Amino acid sequence: MATASTEIRVTPKIAAEHGVTREEYARIQQILGRDPNVTELGIFSVMWSEHCSYKSSKVHLKRLPTRGKLVVQGPGENAGVVDIGDGLVAAFKIESHNHPSYVEPFQGATTGVGGILRDIFTMGARPIAVLDSLRFGEITASRHTNEADAAKNRRILDGVIRGIGSYGNCFGVPTVGGEVAFEPCYSQNPLVNALALGIAKKEEIFLAKAKGIGNPVIYVGAKTGRDGIHGASLLASAEFTEESKQKRPNVQVGDPFMEKLLLEACLEAMQTGAVVAIQDMGAAGLTCSTMEMASRGGTGIEIDLAKVPQRETGMTPYEIMLSESQERMLLVAEKGREHEVLAVFKKWGLDAVVVGNVTEGGIARINNNGRVAAEIPAHPLAEEGPVYHRPVAAPPPRIETEKDWFTFAPEGANLTSNFVKLLASPAISSKRWITEQYDTSVRTNTLAGPGASDAAVVRIKDPSTGVVKRALALSTDGNGRWCQLNPRAGAMHAVAEAARNVACSGARPIAATNCLNFGSPEKPGVMWQFSETIDGLAEACTALNTPITGGNVSFYNETLGKSIYPTPVIGVLGILDDASQVLKIAFRQEGDIIVLLDGSSSSVGAQHAAPLLGTQREFSSSEYSKMIAGIVAGEPPAIDLAAEKRLQDCLIALAAEGAVLSAHDISDGGLAVTLAESCFASAGAGLAPPALGVNVTLDDLSPAEAAAFGERGARAIVSVTPSKLAAVLNTARQYKVAAREIGQVTRGDAFCIEYRGRAVIDSSVGRLRDAWAHSLERTLTSK
Amino acid sequence: MKFGVVVFPGSNCDHDAFYAIGNVLQKPVEFIWHQSENLANCDAIILPGGFSYGDYLRTGAIARFSPVMKSVEKFANSGGMVLGVCNGFQILCEAGLLPGAMMRNSGLRFICRHVHIRVEQTDTPFTNAAQKGQILKIPIAHSDGNYTCDEATVADLEKNHQVIFRYTTPDGSDDNAGNPNGAVHNIAGVCNRQRNVAGLMPHPERAVESALGSNDGLVIFRSMVEALVGAAKATA
Repeated sequence: MATASTEIRVTPKIAAEHGVTREEYARIQQILGRDPNVTELGIFSVMWSEHCSYKSSKVHLKRLPTRGKLVVQGPGENAGVVDIGDGLVAAFKIESHNHPSYVEPFQGATTGVGGILRDIFTMGARPIAVLDSLRFGEITASRHTNEADAAKNRRILDGVIRGIGSYGNCFGVPTVGGEVAFEPCYSQNPLVNALALGIAKKEEIFLAKAKGIGNPVIYVGAKTGRDGIHGASLLASAEFTEESKQKRPNVQVGDPFMEKLLLEACLEAMQTGAVVAIQDMGAAGLTCSTMEMASRGGTGIEIDLAKVPQRETGMTPYEIMLSESQERMLLVAEKGREHEVLAVFKKWGLDAVVVGNVTEGGIARINNNGRVAAEIPAHPLAEEGPVYHRPVAAPPPRIETEKDWFTFAPEGANLTSNFVKLLASPAISSKRWITEQYDTSVRTNTLAGPGASDAAVVRIKDPSTGVVKRALALSTDGNGRWCQLNPRAGAMHAVAEAARNVACSGARPIAATNCLNFGSPEKPGVMWQFSETIDGLAEACTALNTPITGGNVSFYNETLGKSIYPTPVIGVLGILDDASQVLKIAFRQEGDIIVLLDGSSSSVGAQHAAPLLGTQREFSSSEYSKMIAGIVAGEPPAIDLAAEKRLQDCLIALAAEGAVLSAHDISDGGLAVTLAESCFASAGAGLAPPALGVNVTLDDLSPAEAAAFGERGARAIVSVTPSKLAAVLNTARQYKVAAREIGQVTRGDAFCIEYRGRAVIDSSVGRLRDAWAHSLERTLTSK
Repeated sequence: MKFGVVVFPGSNCDHDAFYAIGNVLQKPVEFIWHQSENLANCDAIILPGGFSYGDYLRTGAIARFSPVMKSVEKFANSGGMVLGVCNGFQILCEAGLLPGAMMRNSGLRFICRHVHIRVEQTDTPFTNAAQKGQILKIPIAHSDGNYTCDEATVADLEKNHQVIFRYTTPDGSDDNAGNPNGAVHNIAGVCNRQRNVAGLMPHPERAVESALGSNDGLVIFRSMVEALVGAAKATA
């Protein structure tokens, strides 16, 4: 074959520099029946990178439940697709962009959002919402973080926030939710996970399968440049070292305006009926899109690189194939109708060029100026890459004694000042300063934006008529600290909390997507965390009827040999049959009764009466323990998935009956924080003084701090008009959920929680709100 | 009566304006492509929010040169009703159809939240259905909404009652405290001297149903409908 003679000869050293192991190289030789040239080596190296091939995770991911009666498309395509009724489907997926966001926070975050949006509209769905799940190092100095590192973490956060905003705001998709958490372990390795949701008509979903021998292959969108070469292989599939700054050129640069044009042009082109298949050029760019489309379609593909629109002159085949320039798509059109497709892209002012065609025989041939630059069997490359059964080893059991755990305050202690501290902590405090930098209301579908409800809720306008009937709810969750202490339980909690949040908005959870952020898969301990996490996810998703429809795995989240907490982030999607029945967290009126719902069966009749040591151990993993005592130990709260399911079913029924006025789950910071947030929300985002407070009595058997700040799951509070109380209690009984009146919504500013006849928290909503509302802004804008 | 919503390639509130007029108010409305010089016999033109041509230069700086803007200018100069929202307001300023210019928000950040604006004048086709002094709760979503102009111009605007919307607090007591972006004289929206062209930074099309948190924006579109009905009667 005629390959460019000026090319570098592939040597074992060059293969190693591409991250290709000796065994993998032998496999390449076997597939090709010869040595690869350097372009081919580049193609193999990106396709077989951890990021693109899932070679370390594949054997475990098989254990996840992916089927359900509403699942139209499970993992393996650009996004998962579920049936949402009335001939409509929702496409959604979450993906990480962690390493780029550390190296270059602004561009890393923008291209993370851009990439996930393309995954959605590649399926033919118009994006209607984005959520971001973010993890940073500590932003204030502490015993784990010095001031210089805290300042750096603040800069990373600022860049990421601006990047997310800049992209979504210009593109025109509302950023409606997500979460932000802080732990020292993310200091050198922040997590930026972006989730996008889109809707389409069921019969108009597009897949990335090349079909029809002789059909033209069309390149559309931005020109190809030298940016992002090896983004997927070198940046995303290796841990950070001190030289990681040099990887800045591996970060791609985003152009949201270009993406907006691409969105409109793609959706319009799809309407012509002349598009056969489409795939975005994300990780591994032209390589991944050509090879995967051919492989999935069982065809070959032939393209001519000379026809690829290029931003720079003198680019080699290697560079063109490996570029990760953003906002590009590859599509296959029906032969003879390509002009219809090209006309649409011309209308939107975009490059659209026929660069090749679908061929018989399964070979992907990459030509460049009449020479063959690469010739590879597509299927073996895309589907028969290495699969590793990496060693898995559980760490030695942690030996902890009572001394390592949180010591409860003596009975009668006033907890108000600790509560104020907790409310002001970065984890608990209001994220409004961040979310106000995102457009949350464009497209006029946002029924519950950030903080309004436990889940983000967007209504669905029928794409043809604009008529509204249903709404979709989404929540992302994942507690890395709990996963570090117990990956399996932590993973189950992540699913349970996301689903519980969705149910608190009144919606029924129907499907999930996951972003699995871990350290190096080459460490047996990390693989143990991963394996445990998969088992936890599988169990929880099965119990809660939320099959996993897609997502991604991000390994190598470590710097200088230190791994992050294992951090699975779960996005759960729910459906609300009546868009007018959204439940929010805000208390509504004076005199309403506050009811604590608890799905756990042990609490029906006798309440949670775990022995003190068990309570102590469990409480040591709480936000309060970390914040007030600096203790992170013990175990996550025991999880009871049947209890979670009962509670969720009960909440959905209460919302459908219109029986409750607010709902808010108990999670980070416990019951006290839940109550406070419902008070704060009642005052709205305006400047008006808070008008509603609470008077609550806890008659718990556990110590006051555990009662007020414990984070045991399967619980939520609802507020109820007195006349409807009997109906609410009756519904709760039907679902075998314990319902206890714990107090009342009061007029005025008083916030009072009594425990065993004594006020343990006694403050004003105004004071609490001040601590909660402004602390993040003060921290982030002070220097 | 027919509304036209201009679609620049980077408009992203075009569908929202279309929905507000077509689905909520149930009035005829159609899209007008930016490369068209034909305004399709529309009686009122809306320049929607978004990022017209990416706005990597100054917001609206390129949009003013688009083919459709030639027709919009002619239409405005002959008395046609034109409303610019957010990016549309920026474009109208760049095109010279409204006085003033936009700077970055004083906080140098994008801001999206509900703000309160006071209707200062009701003798315009955009506010005739409102009460003078009425306070509207409407969201903003912009980086560049810091309206500015020289002292003489702002004095002129005030003297000619061209400031039609002003930021304020929910109870209307403190305009400075309600100003989210540093705009001069707390200006949220202005009209031209002839009162047939207006622009505002808040998004009335996002406040047309209580499910969205407010329907206070409707009064602006209702005013336009009433003005068009009145004009039709006058010529009948």
